[in-house]
This record gives sequence, structure tokens and C-alpha cells, in this order.
Amino acid sequence: MALSGIEIFKLLPKTNCKKCGFPTCLAFAMALAQGKTEIGKCPDISEEAKSKLSEASAPPIRTFSLGKGEKAVKVGGETVMFRHDKKFFNPTVLGVNIKDDLNDEELVKRAKEVVDSEIERVGQKLRVEAISIEYASNNPERFESAVKAVAESAPDAILILNCGDPSVLERAVKLVADRRPLLYSATDANAEALANIAKANNVPLAVSAEGPEALSALTEKIKALGVEDLVLDPRPKNAGEMIQHNTIIRRAALKKGFKPLGYPIINLVTREDSLLEANIAAISIAKYASIVVLSSIEKWKNLALFTLRQNIYTDPQVPMQVEQKIYKIGEPTPESPLLITTNFSLTYFIVAGEVENSKVPSWLAVMDCEGLSVLTAWAAGKFVASKIANFIKESGVENQIKHRELIIPGQVAILSGALEDKLEGWKVIVGPREANGIPTFLRNRAA
Amino acid sequence: MAFTLPKESYSGKVLSLTFGKDDKAVTIGGEDTLPFLSFEGSIPNRPAIAYEIQDSPIDDWPETLKAVYKDVSDDPVKWARYCQDELKAQAIALRLVSTHPDRENRSADDAAKTVSEVLSAVETPLIILGSNHVEKDSEVLVKVSEAASGHNCVIGKAQEGNYKTIVAAALAHNHKLIAMSELDINLAKQLNILITQMGFDKSRLITDPMCSALGYGLEYTYSVMERIRLAALMQNDATMQPPILGDVGMYVWKTKETMAEESDVPEWGAIEERGIAWESITATSMIMAGANLLIMRHPKAVEVVKKIIDELI
Ligand code: SF4
Repeated sequence: MALSGIEIFKLLPKTNCKKCGFPTCLAFAMALAQGKTEIGKCPDISEEAKSKLSEASAPPIRTFSLGKGEKAVKVGGETVMFRHDKKFFNPTVLGVNIKDDLNDEELVKRAKEVVDSEIERVGQKLRVEAISIEYASNNPERFESAVKAVAESAPDAILILNCGDPSVLERAVKLVADRRPLLYSATDANAEALANIAKANNVPLAVSAEGPEALSALTEKIKALGVEDLVLDPRPKNAGEMIQHNTIIRRAALKKGFKPLGYPIINLVTREDSLLEANIAAISIAKYASIVVLSSIEKWKNLALFTLRQNIYTDPQVPMQVEQKIYKIGEPTPESPLLITTNFSLTYFIVAGEVENSKVPSWLAVMDCEGLSVLTAWAAGKFVASKIANFIKESGVENQIKHRELIIPGQVAILSGALEDKLEGWKVIVGPREANGIPTFLRNRAA
Repeated sequence: MAFTLPKESYSGKVLSLTFGKDDKAVTIGGEDTLPFLSFEGSIPNRPAIAYEIQDSPIDDWPETLKAVYKDVSDDPVKWARYCQDELKAQAIALRLVSTHPDRENRSADDAAKTVSEVLSAVETPLIILGSNHVEKDSEVLVKVSEAASGHNCVIGKAQEGNYKTIVAAALAHNHKLIAMSELDINLAKQLNILITQMGFDKSRLITDPMCSALGYGLEYTYSVMERIRLAALMQNDATMQPPILGDVGMYVWKTKETMAEESDVPEWGAIEERGIAWESITATSMIMAGANLLIMRHPKAVEVVKKIIDELI
């Protein structure tokens, strides 16, 4: 919860010494409340007041990085319950759990799956970012060598050391401390020991307890031991509990300013059936998890979860746009039909999908209309004859195709006359009003 | 710092709606909290799933999906029986695609005949959908409403351009009605108002804010549904309180991700699992956002969404 200027003023030395550059302590306090200066500018403030102030001005959900270097990923820092209110900022980190009792060959294979998981979708590179190594062997040496093997095979992966035994964990973390692994997890039984390991190695720590209330007691205890980069696992028994726990945690942090739950969430979504697991992970992504740990990462599953994560974390204020250009659908030839539409991504997806369904290879001219749909762009004067004519001329499509026929959306049939005037030598053809008419339309023309 | 449970109090409630007959009837809606937050409200009914069938042999579904129905898809009666007897469908959604002028352009009377045949073959509650051609639907849905009189079906979809005749028919023959608008909460609200102004009770309406598939605008549908639910519960906006429909299958099974062979896109993995994941995750996202009724196609996707619902409620 942010403090008011007066509340801040009460914590200042009240000497009006001007060392901060402000005429009075009150002026400084007011500026601080508005975020116009920093607390460090007052040299005389007490340590106690300072920590109170920085506590109060901290974001409601703590943000920090997992991993190190170029591929480090930020988690936390969310500010809303619903994506339409602003946006969700730091996309959920996806990870896979690998048990240390696999043989080395298998371990390396699983780690390589993570390395090879990267694919590109609508211009973004997407991948599984994290590997959790689970201490299942009950053999400390085995765990250490598994951590080493995985770390070497997947040099960019964020590591999660999934081991509750402090003595085993302490040795393993030393091997990869420079990678800033996440320790999983502190419980009632081992909180103090794990907090000390996290502190000594300067790494983040996951805390797990049954439900938000038990978690909050534990995080307070751990924070008092000096570890602040925490991740919460409310250990839900099923998907219903998961939604509720995650919602309660996020709500307590955002709406009540309840600091003991103001941390990113981790969900382990392990299910025997991989398809079910994919769907549980989907719920977790939509409902507030910052880290989701899976038990398997088949390619189809990754594609679906990457896509969902991208959808949920899209900025809802910015209309999604695709690049202005002439797209090839299928393998078009110089004789293939040419259609035009606007660059609102939804319009593009639907039109491109229907053209694809027609199985008629085509050229699709997508014109920059600031992300508006066809009718709106036309009404706003952006999708009009003169501008379309310019775009077609400048696009270079005249060198790609032999014919001079342009298919326009049926909704703007009204443009066809003016467009033929502006686009000399071209014939304008009115296409279907709705995208779902495109397959029949194209097939009939091709026949 | 002591923990207190951050409960929301809601002033509104989602209307409950029943379709179908006797002990097979399905009830949806009725919750007075956001999706699956049972710690602060009651959720008397689970989201329901209807299997989609069509009145003409399928041509545009991917092979992996077509194969599931290969022995029955030539005949809507066989297909409906298969859904009821083999797949244990809770509800069936019959889409009259053949009436579309670009398809077979079958007449409204033909469609009514199909509907009568299906209704006499199965007891499973029926959702009857047009071909999504605004003018033709207004003709077709009037005839089929009459043919289905007394069966307490769901008829759809009424849109801004054709709602008047369809509403009148649903009213005359005592059906429930789907009101569809395109991805805009204000349009959804406006259409519901226009329909209720014709004397059609809002407790008989289902709102369809238009579905979109994973990767193809899912986030728009997701947020519109969330906003409709918030309006219904937090602002007690009566026009936004009807249950919500997610017409999932038809948007999912035309995406590239459900169609492309693994040999063409090896980085996307197995085509069959990919398609099922695409449909189920789209459906799961819709119920997270507030959908009460889903229309789906692949039995394995339906099965996994049912398991999800088991975990959620
Ligand atoms: S430096 Fe500190 S004590 Fe001095 S005037 Fe500024 S706020 Fe007051």
C-alpha cells in the first residue's frame, strides 16, 4: 500500500536541513509520495524508517529474475486480476520435471528436449524455459551428478532444484549457484535450513504449504530470515483448489496489499494423462501461475501451451496487428488469385484460415489499417480506394502475378467502382461478405 | 500480519436454464460467483457439453476428426444415435449446414424434416443451429422451431440481422434461444435487450459472444466472457446474466494446427494429439472465462474436458 505524503513525513527526521535538495522535510515527503524523488536523497533518515518506506512503496507482487544472463526470465510484478483491466506482464515460465533416478543417457535426452523446444509463432520465439531436477533417488551423489548432467546439457535453462533435504540441497546448489537456480521447496519442516541455503547462495526459494493461510505464515518466517525472492506453492489437491488458491493469493496481494502473499506462484501440474496435464497447465497459465512445472513436454503440448500463454499475456489495449505485406497461402503461382484485407490480426487469421481451407493457393494482400477490421477501417477512411490503389502499386505484387484481378471483401463492395478508376488496368472483383464464404468462392472461380 | 480470506461479495447471479425433457433435461448456469470459486459462492450446475453433428456429410473437417464419425456421418439420425448411445452425450447440437446457399442450399422444410427425424430417434436434449447465413437462418430456424415444438430445444443463433423472426418462433414453440454477437460486450448486451423487448424472457436466453480458437483470437473471447460475467455478478446487470455458450468445435477444427500433417511441420508434433489438445484447451479456457455450455466435436477432447470439470467442481 502506498503511503501518503503526511505518512511519509512522520517518518522523516523533521530537521529541514535541505540536504535532499528540498526546502523542507514536508516538501521532500510530498515529492516522494508522488514518486518524483528517491528515499536515498535524505542522508539522515533512520534505517527503520527507510525499511518501512521501501516496504510500503514496493509493488504488491514482488518481481525478480529466475536464471542468469541472457535467458534469465522475470516473474511476478502483476498488477491486475483480469487481463482486460490492464494486461498480464510477465508470461508464465514453463518447466519440466526430471527425476534424478533416470540413467545419465535418459537424463541428457530429457534435458535436450528442453533445449530443442524452441519454436517460432507469430514472430515470437517460444520455448520451455525451466528444468526441475527432482531428488527421487535418495542418493545424494546421484542427485549431484544428475544436476551436473542436466546443467551441462541445457546451458540456458533455468534450473529448479527439487529437493527438500537441506544437506543434499546444500551440496547440489554449490554446483550451479552461478545459474541462480530456484530451490524447491521450503516447508514447515525445513524452512530455516533452506532459507539459510538460499541466503548464502543468493538464490530464490520456493515455499510450499497447504493453502494460502499456511503459506503466509511460512513466508513471514522466511522473510525474517533474510530471503525475499520467494515463490509460492499452495499445493492444490486438484484443479478446483488450484484456481481458488491462486485467486486468493493474487487477490490478497493486489486488493488487500497483504505482503506475506505478494510473491509469484508456482504450480506443479503433474497428471498421468498428458492431455489432462496440458489442460491443467492451461488453467494454471490463465489463472495466475508464474511458473508451471509439467511432467512431460511433447511437441504438440508445447505448441498448445505456448500459444495459450501468448494469447493470455497479449496486451489487450493494443490491437493485435500483422505485418503489411503480400502473404503466400499455399504455393501460389503468377496465375493464382489475389485477395486483399486489413491487418487486424483476427481478420487476418480468419481470412488466411479460410483461404487455406479452400485449398486454392492464393496471394493475400494485407494492408496496414492500424489494426482495424475491414468495416471499421473503411468507415475510418483507412481502407479506401486511393489508399488501396497505392498499396497495391507499391507492394510489388504486379511483378509477382500475371493477371490484374483483385478480390475485395464483400463488405466493402461499394469500393469497387472507385478502386477500378484508381487502379488502372485492374479488374476489381467483389468477394464474399463473410470469410466463411471464401472456400466456396475460390473453388468456384478455380473450377 | 494476520491472513484474512479476501472474499468478494457479488450482488448478481447467473440465470439457470434447462433444456430437453424429463430426466434427460440439462440445466446450466445458476452460479453466484466467478468460475469455480466455490469458497465464496455456490455453483449448482456443471458446465454442459454438447456433441456437434451435421445434416450433411462432412467435407471440411480434418481426417483425424472425420475418421471418428466415418460410419455415421452420412446420416444425422445415425450420428445422433451414436452420440447418445456410444458417446453418452449429455446434449447434441445439430448444425444444419446443408441449408447454406453456398452448400446444398436445402430448404427450410427439408431441414424441419431432418430435425423431426433426429428428435424421434433420440431423447438427448437437442440444440438446433442454422448454417450461420443471416437471411437463410431466419427462414430455416422458424420452420425447425415449429417441427421441434414441445421438445424444449435450444435454437440458434439469433443475430442482430435476423433475430425478430427467430425470437418469435422460439417464443411460439417454447424453445430456448442463443443470441450471438461478435466479440463485443456492448453488442451482446444490446442484442439481449432487443430480444427481451420482444417479450422473450431473459431466463430463456443463452449469450454467445462468439468463440475463437486457441491462437486465433482466443484472448478476445476470453476477455469478453470475463467482462460479461463480471457485469452479471458485480454490477448485477440483468441483461448479462443469461448463461454463456462457447461454440468451440467449429472454430478449432479449421485451424492449421488441427490440420497440418506432422511430416509438414515436424516441430508441431503428433497431429491427432495436437488437434485434441487444441479443442480441449480452447474449451477449458472458455469455461475458465465463464462459459456454461460448450459445443465440441472430438470425443477425446470432450472426455478430457469432463475430467477437468470433475476436478473443478
Ligand atoms: S535531507 Fe532529510 S532531514 Fe534534511 S530536509 Fe531533506 S528530508 Fe528533511
